[in-house]
Amino acid sequence: MAIVECRDIIKYFSVQRGYLKKGAGVVKALDGVSLEIEEGETFGLVGESGCGKTTLGKILLGIISPDSGEVLLKTKEKQAIFQDPYSSLDPKMKVRDIISEGLILKKGSKTRLLERIEKVLDVVRLPKGSLNKYPHQFSGGERQRIAIARAVVTEPEFIVCDEPVSNLDVTIQLQILKLLKEIQEKFRITYLFISHDLRVIKFMCDRVAVMKDGKIVENRGSKEIFTGPVHPYTKLLLSSIPRIF
Amino acid sequence: MSVLKVNDLRVHFRASAGMVKAVDGVAFEIEKGECLGLVGESGSGKTLTALSIMKLIPENAKIAAGEILFHDINLLALPNDHMRGIRGSKIALVFQESGVSLDPVFTIGHQMTEALFTHRRLVNRKEAKEIALEYLNRVHIPDPLKTFYDYPHQLSGGAKQRVGIAISLLNSPELLILDEPTTALDVTIQAQILDLLDEIIERHDISVLFISHDFGIIARMADRVAVMRNGKIVEMGMKNEILSNPKDPYTVNLLESVKALSWR
Repeated sequence: MAIVECRDIIKYFSVQRGYLKKGAGVVKALDGVSLEIEEGETFGLVGESGCGKTTLGKILLGIISPDSGEVLLKTKEKQAIFQDPYSSLDPKMKVRDIISEGLILKKGSKTRLLERIEKVLDVVRLPKGSLNKYPHQFSGGERQRIAIARAVVTEPEFIVCDEPVSNLDVTIQLQILKLLKEIQEKFRITYLFISHDLRVIKFMCDRVAVMKDGKIVENRGSKEIFTGPVHPYTKLLLSSIPRIF
Repeated sequence: MSVLKVNDLRVHFRASAGMVKAVDGVAFEIEKGECLGLVGESGSGKTLTALSIMKLIPENAKIAAGEILFHDINLLALPNDHMRGIRGSKIALVFQESGVSLDPVFTIGHQMTEALFTHRRLVNRKEAKEIALEYLNRVHIPDPLKTFYDYPHQLSGGAKQRVGIAISLLNSPELLILDEPTTALDVTIQAQILDLLDEIIERHDISVLFISHDFGIIARMADRVAVMRNGKIVEMGMKNEILSNPKDPYTVNLLESVKALSWR
């Protein structure tokens, strides 16, 4: 059953030039995008910079609204994990406050606050002592664990992961990806996984949509895409990766 | 004979918490026409090693010990004005983002001819322009004459990197240092730039120090590989040897991660 669905999403951004802000044309960020994400799966969205991946993620979360088209979400419990744990965490907040903010904002979940925070800290494998520290006291990988804890603590059913490991070293990437998989299994979460990196997409995703210039050019099972790409752009992407194994 | 020989290089940073040994006893050689790949994760000291060779390290860093022999000249003992004659001419550096290293207020043509006037002591503008156009052509810029009069912001990321490579080649360097030259680019553009670098290394018979965090790129480009971690080279050897039979536990771990995230 689809937990998230969108049909014919169109989103144009107007480009302005000069201080008189004369309209200088439009960028077709999304140009008729439709997809369905099944409950419990990891749906991958891959493409190069500027293809509209992030815009689509934001529209599915309701952060921005499309010019036309419809979004159907079967759950209200949605969350996001972003690329850069250096800017997505408030430097002036302690980890305790970063993680609890979402819970406090949510009605009726103020009970056993500390207990829940400690539990989620355990899930992402950060030590209890982390609670009273600030983001700058952590490494990039640890910060991404904090971002994951902040998302998971509200018990979401759908998480948009927007390039969650792109800023990390490859050994740390692997740790974080494994953690995301583990959390998905434990809490039955559906992921929309956005990345420019096909290697990461292959490791994570059940189904994959390849985007180019605001359109989905190929949308199939992960295995099919990686063993027998059909669209020329998918083939080009796959042949571009330098590989050793 | 080796073009570059680095002996026991140590670079220290002054930090609030004390001293950081960012490069901690690094040694390697690069032969003529050889490409040495320096691979490691962020903070391992790769870039600082490159900057030390150019003598362009940040102000709060200090070269505490070591020798950097370019042919037989110890660059570390060389006075600054002599170094200026080597930097950008005998040894050239291409950064991760040429967009940042290009000056936004001058045209590409201006910046290219400036490099020629400085190092080749050319005075003839027409001749300088012709050489610049020839090099833009060599890096496969589609319309060299237009690009010559463009400002950096008018170019795409891939085109800027091509210009950066063209500038580095202008004075026929013997050693080219490439510091993550494709990291900021999309994979399809990255593949094009790597093809270009292959072609250039072949054509100019140039020695290369290729720095990257991406083992896939290093495996594609390098003859020999040095794996760096915490300011030290933990393992160095022929590429195939390291890929098929890594000895250091860190290299093993790194290659296992790369393997797990490989798409085949």
